[in-house]
Amino acid sequence: MNTAIQFIRAGAFALLLVFVAAAQPAVAQQAPNPTAQSVQEEQLLKALQPGSVISGRITIPDGSAATLIQPEGQDWRQFHQGTLPIIGAISILGIIALLVVFYATRGRIKIDSGFSGRTITRFGGFDRFVHWLTAGTFVVLALSGLNLSFGKFLILPIFGDATFATLTGYGKVVHNYLSFPFMAGIALMFVIWAKDNIPNKLDLEWIKAGGGLFVKGVHPPAKRFNAGQKGVFWIVAFGGLVISVSGWFLLFPFTGGQIVGDQQFWVNVHAVIAMIFIAAMLAHAYIGSVGMEGAFDAMGSGQVDENWAKEHHSLWVEEQKKLGGAAPKGAVPAE
Amino acid sequence: MARVKFLCDADRCIECNACVTACKNENDVPWGINRRRVVTINDGLPGERSVSMACMHCTDAPCAAVCPVNCFYTTVDAVVLHSKDLCIGCGYCFYACPFGAPQYPRVGNFGSRGKMDKCTYCAGGPEADLTQAEYVKYGANRLAEGKLPICAEMCSTKALLAGDGAIIAEIYKERVTRRGYGSGAWGWKTAYKDGVAL
Repeated sequence: MNTAIQFIRAGAFALLLVFVAAAQPAVAQQAPNPTAQSVQEEQLLKALQPGSVISGRITIPDGSAATLIQPEGQDWRQFHQGTLPIIGAISILGIIALLVVFYATRGRIKIDSGFSGRTITRFGGFDRFVHWLTAGTFVVLALSGLNLSFGKFLILPIFGDATFATLTGYGKVVHNYLSFPFMAGIALMFVIWAKDNIPNKLDLEWIKAGGGLFVKGVHPPAKRFNAGQKGVFWIVAFGGLVISVSGWFLLFPFTGGQIVGDQQFWVNVHAVIAMIFIAAMLAHAYIGSVGMEGAFDAMGSGQVDENWAKEHHSLWVEEQKKLGGAAPKGAVPAE
Repeated sequence: MARVKFLCDADRCIECNACVTACKNENDVPWGINRRRVVTINDGLPGERSVSMACMHCTDAPCAAVCPVNCFYTTVDAVVLHSKDLCIGCGYCFYACPFGAPQYPRVGNFGSRGKMDKCTYCAGGPEADLTQAEYVKYGANRLAEGKLPICAEMCSTKALLAGDGAIIAEIYKERVTRRGYGSGAWGWKTAYKDGVAL
């Protein structure tokens, strides 16, 4: 019996060896080789196109969480902390420097023939309302916006963390709400003034003469708006459009694109346009107040001195006089 | 003091999402916000890998750099924390963060963001350690109790490692040497400028 069992055991063992030996290559083929196809972070980062992200599948409802790594964040940081403040500083400080130089050399532009004492209606109530609606909200939006870019360097050290954060927090709320009347103002401006701001041949002459800005006694002819004012109008129209659209996408996140890269793009557009816009409006505000005698009345009382009007808008004055002569007294001049 | 980090060994992660759940529970994270999430790369394809990701507590953190009110600070353990009292919810840290860590509760008008919320490495916030005020705003402060973040502590496959960066890198290197493969320390290059040399 013992020998029989031993024989069977030996036989079974031999059989097992044969099976194992036969199975060996098959096992080797099935053995998982996790390195062969596994996703490597290194490769993914190297293969990453500019502007794209490493993303996958996620089981939570927040789709944006599927982005694992977006190296672009570092680029945005570089832009936001490096390039943007430089653009802002150059455009705003640059324009202030230019205005100072201009004031120092040219001084206040006077009405050459002096005040006549007679006035002419330049802007009616609605025009002035639209202007100041846009201008007033613009000033608050600009200040609260600049605070986001420069506040922590300029204002935070003065007031301290807590006060500055509270101030900036209110600034954000105000910036959000005032954006709507600002957008309305831009739209209304376009509707009421666009027709008088279409460039024409007269503008070339005006530009050739430097607008009479740099030489005393030179007054190129102009209709309701001269080339400089048309420039300001189109800066406001286009700048206002771009800043409104980009701002809208910031007010309502992810309406301007599905990924964080889109938000980065819109905030960059918003900020750069804002810096240039602010610089342009500083120049506009200068020439409309300190820079030129009699100019502020146009948007102040709406009544400008006739001599001012004749010097800066000669053709417009003629038009108005003709209209005034033809129309019955008391009629509102058509604009 | 140690420089603490997270390391997710993607070759061990089984996408069970327990870290996500544990984090939400431990920190009482508000509805709609996930401080930690598991992303599966190449899902369903050979060689797919899952990575558990949260705030990586970057060296020279981009969120802190772009914050307009300087609400971020780095602890002695190199944990990046922020003050919800100072945060204005502008969204800049979300734009700058390479890992999508900052999130905002939707409050108020428009798509207006509330105070930012993100992974605290279970280290609370600027309030006094282990106070109710700290818990309400930031969640647990396990570090003050001498414990590691809950996500890594309870990871069933020990895929997610937390602790001294040098030590967890060593553990990971050992694993890679022993088993012969590793898909890398996800996010380390981006967060700390250096990966784990394998």
